[in-house]
Formats: sequence, structure tokens, C-alpha cells
Amino acid sequence: MTVCQLVTRELAYRKWNFLLAILAVAMAATTYLLTSALLKSTDLTTAALVSRKVLDTERAMLRLEDEMRKSMKGLGFNIYIFPENQDLGEVYDKGFASKTMPETYVEKLANSSIITVNHLLPALTQKLTWPEQKRSIILIGIRGEVPLAHRNPLEPLIDPVASGQIVLGCELHQGPGFKPGDKLSLMGREFTIAKCHPERGSKDDITAWVNLSDAQQLLGKQGLINEIQALECNCVTIDRLAEVRKDLLAILPGTRVIEIGSQALARAEARLHAGATATQELASVKAQRSELRVQRETLAALLLPLIALMGLLAVIVLTLLNVRERLAEIGVFLALGIHSTTLLAVFLIKAVVSGVLGGVLGAALALLGIAVCRERLFDGHAIAALLDPSELAWLLVSMPVFAASAAWVPSFWASRRDPAEVLRHD
Amino acid sequence: MTENILQISSLEKHYPARSGKDVPVLRELDLSLSPGDFVALRGPSGCGKTTLLLCAGALLRPTAGSVLIDASNPYALSAAARSAFRAAHVGFVFQNFHLVPYLSVLDNIMLCGLAAAPQPTLPTRAIDMLDKLGLSHRLHHRPAELSTGEQQRVALVRALAGGANLILADEPTGNLDAANSRILLDTLANFASEGGAVLMVTHEPSASDRAFTRLDMRDGCLHSC
Repeated sequence: MTVCQLVTRELAYRKWNFLLAILAVAMAATTYLLTSALLKSTDLTTAALVSRKVLDTERAMLRLEDEMRKSMKGLGFNIYIFPENQDLGEVYDKGFASKTMPETYVEKLANSSIITVNHLLPALTQKLTWPEQKRSIILIGIRGEVPLAHRNPLEPLIDPVASGQIVLGCELHQGPGFKPGDKLSLMGREFTIAKCHPERGSKDDITAWVNLSDAQQLLGKQGLINEIQALECNCVTIDRLAEVRKDLLAILPGTRVIEIGSQALARAEARLHAGATATQELASVKAQRSELRVQRETLAALLLPLIALMGLLAVIVLTLLNVRERLAEIGVFLALGIHSTTLLAVFLIKAVVSGVLGGVLGAALALLGIAVCRERLFDGHAIAALLDPSELAWLLVSMPVFAASAAWVPSFWASRRDPAEVLRHD
Repeated sequence: MTENILQISSLEKHYPARSGKDVPVLRELDLSLSPGDFVALRGPSGCGKTTLLLCAGALLRPTAGSVLIDASNPYALSAAARSAFRAAHVGFVFQNFHLVPYLSVLDNIMLCGLAAAPQPTLPTRAIDMLDKLGLSHRLHHRPAELSTGEQQRVALVRALAGGANLILADEPTGNLDAANSRILLDTLANFASEGGAVLMVTHEPSASDRAFTRLDMRDGCLHSC
């Protein structure tokens, strides 16, 4: 006869006491695992929601960026860079800059690492009288966009005009009845009409576009330009002009920079506002989830000790009942010479077995509970994500210790009973 | 000279009372049992018979006096050593048998193995003894499936199987019919005849008549009959 055989026989004999002890431990284990899974589910859902929200925001921002880029392109150039010391009042008054700057400025800009502007278009603009037609026109000499060295070339906002060709605004071709392919004379030089624009309702209607070098020759300003047009992009703040100016002046000190296009401004503001709203929404989601986490943590902080205490008390009471029922038996064991330590081992082994089986049953019940209520309580997360194997292992180890600790006092009391006292009163 | 199996000298046992004054149960009691002794102890209830058995069985520390079992004082030993000593030297038989209800007949006897050092011959010896007492067909039955006489015989085998040479029996025939009483008393007598010693507390004249020596106990003292 061994201690384990003795324990096994007793367990089989007093099944209900044993089963109740197992259930008490299982209840504590199940509660612990379900609470832990619930908290983990909250964290997982929060992480998923936040990452989805971040993704949504990023997508929305990209979409807005794209929309803005398209809008800006539709509006044309919105940044104008004028020569050093150019009086901007004169520009607003006459519509062009009287000062000039070297054409090489545009190369300097294109070869820089600037990212706040794009679509660089050097131009020589002047308002003059078309002597042959006796009317005021705006002459713009362009040579096509200069691509930024550090970026892939983009589709140009405006097509270049070949040397010897001319593009006319609506007012300039409608009156005389010019059409593409016709030849005309401008300041004594002959040009072939490449394109006739329809009415735009802007100063474009009285503009004639020629090749930059042709314009420089006509105006006697070889190698000079009086503006670089550009498109603002990639600005982070609402004060985009300040950002653009800061970057441009670092490359072309002294130049004057203005921005036009209030629609672009509105778009940019909308984009920034959308960004801020998305960030705010993200913060709100995080706050809500955090509040839920705190609520569940509070519940766990109350529930877990309560269940653990109930389990502990249940094991203590069941061991005490078992011990009291076996007092005569304990007296006989001691009278037969079985040592009190052996008796203590008998009770504690029984508690450990209850702990092991209770832990296993508790884990099984928790798994079952999660499987059944996965969608309703655990946001549909996988069981593997909710229950860590190391946590399960820890539980299976700690439950026997928990049960043995609970059974210790009544077991110790029983093993230290005076056999004479027991037998004398039996 | 034959060495005594049990030597009790000037034994006194007092129980504390609620009044604060101790109640003397055994007074200046002397008793010695040699191999071959089968002593019946008689006396009215409360005269101290069971207390004497418990003191003699190394279960109840006396207030004064000495108890020697096989020339050793068990009360001089530590609790663990006394348990082992008891398992090796003393066998108990109780009126209520005190068989463990969830163990089979054989397992109840094998309980001795939990107390003492491993005894490889214990199962064989136990089965032999059970056979002699007509219980060979009951080896795997539980106590609840046995008659009272059978239960007491199992308890007797449990007391004898451990190899003790001192048997202390407290009213062993109290719950038995005449036939079963005779079997039990014959077994105890045989045990004594074979060199053991038996101290039996009994109220029954037929049981005390079967003992080799009869002692009366009154007011905590022993008197020869």
C-alpha cells in the first residue's frame, strides 16, 4: 500500500467531495481565463480598429492629395517667382514684371532638391501693342516645363510652343478671323498659328504665346526671363506660401514669390481640415476603447479576487468536511504508526489532484465558453489569439498550488490530531 | 530471565478538568507482560481501562511513571520515531474495528506497510492469516460487505500482520456473537502462546475467562482476581 494508492481509493470512495473540490478549482480557473480572454479581446479589437482607422485616414488623405493635385493642375500655375527687387504692386497693376532675371535661374531651381514646388515654367511676359493689328496683347514667351532633376518627369500643364509658331487667345484670333495654320506678322516677324484657344474669360483671351527665344529676340531680352511659373505641392501646413518662399529664397535669394488661386487655398484647407478630423476621430476611437478597457479591468479586478476567494473557501470547507468525516480513520492511521507527515501528504496530494483536474476542467470550460461566445463576447477573435499557451501552462501549474494552499490548514490540523484523544472518545 | 514485553511502573495519568484541578485516572499503576501472557482487564466504565491501553500503546503520554515496550521507552522518542516504534511493536484491536471503509480487506491489512519500513513478506503473511481465520474468499471485499465477525477478524489480522509482539485489544468481542468471539479469543490466545503478549480490556466474563490472567481495575488501580 502506498500513499498514492490510499489517495486514489479514497477519491473513488468520496466522489462528491472530490467532484465539488474539482468544480471549485475549475470555477476559479475558468473565471480567470475568461476574464483574461475578454481583456485580450478588447486589446485586439482596439488594435484592429485603430489600424483600420489609420489605414482609412491614410487612404482618405491620399485621395484628398490626389484630388487637390488634380484641382491644382486644372487651375494651372499658382506660384509666380519674379526677379529680385521687382515691385509686386507694378506686377498687380500691369500684369507682368518689368525686371528680368537670367533664364539660368530655372535650371538652378530644377537642379535643387526642392519639393514644395513642381512644374517649373520659365517665361518672358510683356504687355505691348501689336503694331500690325493695332491692339494691346500680352506676349508670353515659353520654352516648356523644366523637369526637377530629383523627380520623375510629369505630364506638363502647358505644351511648349515651337520656334516660329504662335498660339492665340480667343480675342486675338476671333476678330481678324485667324485659324491654325494661318500665318501672321508680329512686330515685323512672321509666325505660323499653331493653336487658337476658345474663350476662357480671362486675360488668356488677349494673350499670344510664342517660343521663349522668339520672345527674347522680339523684346531684345536674350537669355532673360521675368517670371518662373510653378505649381505648389506637398506643403504640410496651411501657410503654404511661407513654406514655398522659405524653400525658394534659399535657392534664389532675393526673388519675389506670390501665390494665386483661392480655390487651391480652399482645397488645401479642406485637406488639412480632413487630416485634423481624421486624427481627432482616431483619438476618439482610442479614448473609447481605452475607457472600455478600464471598465473591463475594473470588473476583472473585482471579479477575480472574489472568485478566487470563493474557490479558496470552497476548497477549505470541503477539506474540513472531509477531515471531520475521517477523524476516526485518522486516529486509527496514527495508532497504526502512520506518521503525521504521511497523513498530511495524503490530504495534500488529494488537494493537488483536485487542483490539476480542476485546472484542466477549468481550461476546457473556458475554451468551450470562448468557442460558444466568440462572436458575441470576444469580437470573433481566434481562440489562439485570446488564450496564450504559456498562460494556460501557468494556470495548470498554479491551480494545484492554489488548491494545496487552501487545503493546507485543515490538512495540517488533521494530521496533528492526538490519536489517543480521537480513540478515547470513539 | 525472560524479558518483559510490556513493563509499566508507577504509572499515573491525570486529565485536566474545567475546574482547573486535574482528575487522576491511573494511580501508581504497575503491570508487566511477558511473552505468553494473555491478560484480561476488567472494571466498571470510567475506571481507566482504555486510558491504560492508550498509555501502554505509546499513544498517550503518562503524567508520571514509565512505560517500556520491549525494554524501550517510546515516550523518550520523537513523534516520528514513536510512530515507527508503535508500528513495529504494538498492534491494536478496537471494539468498533475501525477498518478503513474504502479499502479492501487486503488493503486494510497492507496499511501497516505505510507505517513501517517496507516488508516484502507482508502480503503473504496477511493472506496466510486471513486464510487461517476463514477470510481467504474476502480479500477484495470492502468492510461494508463483511459481517461484524468478519470485520473484527480483519482488524485482528491487521494488528498481528505488522509483526508486533504486543496486542492491545479494547472490548474486541463487544460487537461479536459467541462463535466469532471464540474465534477471536482463540487467535489471541494462540498469539500469546507463540510468544506474544496480549492486554485485553473486556466486560464480558466469557472473554476474560479465556485469558490466562485476569485483573480487575478500580479507581485507577489494578487488583488480581
